[in-house]
Amino acid sequence: MFDKVLVANRGEIAVRILRTLKKMGVASVAVYSEADVDALPTQLADEAVLIGPPAPTKSYLNIDSILSAATQVGASAIHPGYGFLSENAQFAEACSNLDITFIGPNPKSLLLAGDKLQARRTVEKAGVRVIPGSNEPLHEPSVARRFGAAIGYPAMLKAAAGGGGKGMRLVSDENDLIESFPLAQAEAHASFGDPTLYLERCIMNARHIEIQILADSKANTIHLGERNCSLQRRHQKLLEEAPSPALPYKTKCQLYEAALTISEVMGFRSLGTFEFLVDASNQFYFLEVNARIQVEHPVTEAITGIDLVQAQIEEAATGELSLSQSNIEFRGHAIECRINAEDPSNGFLPQPGKIETFRPPANPLVRFDSHVYEGYTVPFYYDSLLGKVITHEATRDKAMETMQNALSELTIGPIQTTTLFLKRVLADDDFRSGTYNLDLLPRLAPESNDEDE
Amino acid sequence: MSKISLVEIKARISGVFYTSPTPEAEPFVQIGSQVDKGQTLALLESMKLYSKIKAPVAGEIVKILGVNGEPVLVGQTLFSIRPAS
Repeated sequence: MFDKVLVANRGEIAVRILRTLKKMGVASVAVYSEADVDALPTQLADEAVLIGPPAPTKSYLNIDSILSAATQVGASAIHPGYGFLSENAQFAEACSNLDITFIGPNPKSLLLAGDKLQARRTVEKAGVRVIPGSNEPLHEPSVARRFGAAIGYPAMLKAAAGGGGKGMRLVSDENDLIESFPLAQAEAHASFGDPTLYLERCIMNARHIEIQILADSKANTIHLGERNCSLQRRHQKLLEEAPSPALPYKTKCQLYEAALTISEVMGFRSLGTFEFLVDASNQFYFLEVNARIQVEHPVTEAITGIDLVQAQIEEAATGELSLSQSNIEFRGHAIECRINAEDPSNGFLPQPGKIETFRPPANPLVRFDSHVYEGYTVPFYYDSLLGKVITHEATRDKAMETMQNALSELTIGPIQTTTLFLKRVLADDDFRSGTYNLDLLPRLAPESNDEDE
Repeated sequence: MSKISLVEIKARISGVFYTSPTPEAEPFVQIGSQVDKGQTLALLESMKLYSKIKAPVAGEIVKILGVNGEPVLVGQTLFSIRPAS
């Protein structure tokens, strides 16, 4: 096992990883920016190293700064969390050049997962259905138009270097496609440094279902079931649950098989999520690979009883999984609600600022992963996630009820959060029936025309 | 001096203030620019989201109080506009 692990992240996921390191008896190192001097990770870790100014590019995305911190403290491994450098092949490579273990997939898998077009082609070749679309990079609207005519509208223009729901544009018809094309190129270039686009048909009334995979360097690959993440605002998840309430058993098994196949074809190791869209007739399409721990991993931990961060660290240290598929059993139902510093009654406007009042849900059966405390100032430099409430019960009905009570108890102020909005979701008939799809959130929170993003 | 009082535009939330759409681009407006109601004057980045700061009235930009690439706090005055009469 590693002597010392550096956590190259911040916020709730840094806290989450530090807790597991503590449990495993591994010395831990937090890194922090000038905006996070008082943050919880710096207090929980055995050591903490300042890595730069608040702007992410100068701190949490600064490879040199993080590696020099790791060298300085003598860390033998780095856990990248999610976001920031977690799927950066160059960072993984740089770690290995210094004989520091990057706790995650190898650089080759990271590159493949990050190139959405290449991933599409690989998946299609493996015999798994991808969304009908262009398998070649698009640089000209005229070429895009040809594909648009073939696959039909509405369609999605996507950035080849994109992912995580960013750099996507819905186009309703050919004129819209021609008009949106240069804008989408500019956005893709600004966000990912690469203007390459591709086009996919828009799957209507779809559910977002993802499969959790664990794999090792000896080609042992297992799945830990599915998560339903169909409550999304602008492609960002707000609530996730496991197992999926409405999928037939047969479809689930087909999804597990598909994810295992893709993982093996990719030569994937470590922890990863294989995302799919499932349409109203339970036909499913590969969406993308997330080659990292995900925000919503706790619902899988709840129903399997497995600490995914620990499994990921153990695999990185030994090259081998200590689990096999026969060890994996699913018990009960789990729901996660994301508590974001956003004002749902004001177009989900970001809410940085000081937390004067803070009362977490204290029910012993509720898990609350968070880095905030009373008196903590939420910085405006980073994302809005304040924490995640996770409930796990024998049935979905009970998990919803416990969640309602937990959200009622959770108090954060004066900044606004998504807490009350999520209570409304939990009271919605469509949600409660379990048959909801990606159309539910736009119905509960219509977008105003005054788009200012 | 005109008797029309200046309109101050304040930051709706704290964030980082940008005077142009990209670092290489020309600024949205300069002192003396004539702007229309609803015209974009600057961007504010907060929690990884960019929002446009728009002119609440038509008029002339008299002051630009935010500094490009620097943080601004909620309630801080960013622009003064002399409304068109």
